[in-house]
Amino acid sequence: MSGTNGTPITVLHDEELEARAPWAHVIEPGCTLRIVDLEGNQAVDCILYNADDPGERYSAPDTIVAQQNIFLVAGSQLLSNEGRPMMTITATECERHDTIGGACSRESNALRYGFHTRHEHACVDNFLLAHSWRGMGKRDMTSNVNWFMNVPVEADGTLGIVDGISAPGLSVELRAHMRVLAVISNCPQINNPCNGFDPTPVRLVISR
Amino acid sequence: MESAPPDTSTTLAAREHARAQGVRRAEYQPTVPARDAIGVVDRAGEAIAPERMLWDDVVGPGGESSRVLPRGALVRFTDVDGDACANLLVYNAAQPLERLNVADTVKVQWQAYLGAGSLLLSDMGRVLLSIVADTSDTHDALCGASNRTRNEEKYGSGAVHGDHPNARDRFAVALAKHGLGRRDIVPNVNLFKGVTVDGEGRLHAREDEPRPGAYVELRAEMAVLVVVANTPHVLDPRPGYHVTPLGISAWSDRATTRDDPTWAATPEGERAYLQTEELLATTGARS
Repeated sequence: MSGTNGTPITVLHDEELEARAPWAHVIEPGCTLRIVDLEGNQAVDCILYNADDPGERYSAPDTIVAQQNIFLVAGSQLLSNEGRPMMTITATECERHDTIGGACSRESNALRYGFHTRHEHACVDNFLLAHSWRGMGKRDMTSNVNWFMNVPVEADGTLGIVDGISAPGLSVELRAHMRVLAVISNCPQINNPCNGFDPTPVRLVISR
Repeated sequence: MESAPPDTSTTLAAREHARAQGVRRAEYQPTVPARDAIGVVDRAGEAIAPERMLWDDVVGPGGESSRVLPRGALVRFTDVDGDACANLLVYNAAQPLERLNVADTVKVQWQAYLGAGSLLLSDMGRVLLSIVADTSDTHDALCGASNRTRNEEKYGSGAVHGDHPNARDRFAVALAKHGLGRRDIVPNVNLFKGVTVDGEGRLHAREDEPRPGAYVELRAEMAVLVVVANTPHVLDPRPGYHVTPLGISAWSDRATTRDDPTWAATPEGERAYLQTEELLATTGARS
């Protein structure tokens, strides 16, 4: 197998993550995480931590301020809350990704869609479960990336999650600059178009 | 002319010297107790009765202040000289695991820009603070606040003990005094410094005319821990560390009730108030 520039790559981990599921994995410096939107328009919520000091974690504000743009695109550097680069988007087949829309929670779903959604599964519950595997918890919740999710902001400030711009098989590749703990929620949301109202699996490949 | 060095050669002399400083006034300092604050008036121009005063402070450039406020408190931040930037974090005082969530705040309200009528929402779908008045109309819920790395790059230094304190370390110090730490620092909102997002997603610092005396009043819809630093906005286009004093006054008032227009201004906001009411009912804090 070879990478986009033709150099040989070693696959360290290759997994199809089922719809609605949480996932956590450490990615060593220099290694790449590729996320494949297998069936199209599947939001993949993602938080990054410094695996050696989880108090340092991905910061959407630091990231968008440094690049002075809210959209994550090819070349975007994902910065930590201490202003250090954690990962870089080395390639993306989906034009842009969101990082201001946050993660869906049962509590915010209740506000957005009504109390009938209160017991539906949500990304924050996935994150909290993944955190519990490593002795982390709600204090570790912070801003996140929504791979393949589309959140435009209108001139008057109106913003919202609208129909996706991804498609089946599109992928995004991230290279780690530090030892990164990547925690993912394969978004289970069914009340807005972020998953095309039908959550689907994604493929996660870590390679060196 | 230089005055003679003080006599601090003995404990008694040192005590006299220390005590003689008590009458001094600093340019930026709190009024303690807040009830001694002079000239605080509400929006109608009525003087606030001294027994209602909860907090009166002036935070200088690079400074920070924090306070637990009861449900129903009104807190007013004032951009005294027109160039303050209030980096604001908010927590449920009774259970600080519940805290401001800026992503939910903008997403739930379908609006990236904060103003009068905006609710600052927690990560548990409840209302921490509501903006009841706003004469500034230029705020930011996207860009967060500075850290030491950023200030060292931009200003040459960023340490709290230096000339260009960063907001993140200010937050860490304030939060530690309430039993919280760096893991509890989440993305904040900024008052008095706004940004806009254009059609391509680019962020632009708003360059409004300075509005000395502009203020924002927020209502505590539950007992809250408010942490505020006064440091330059991270998109401030000027090369220097420019920020002017931030005034803070808070007094007891009443929380939003079902007969207030704010309560049901939007279906999302109404459900946030209902989730808040339910929490307060079950924890005995309803008023």
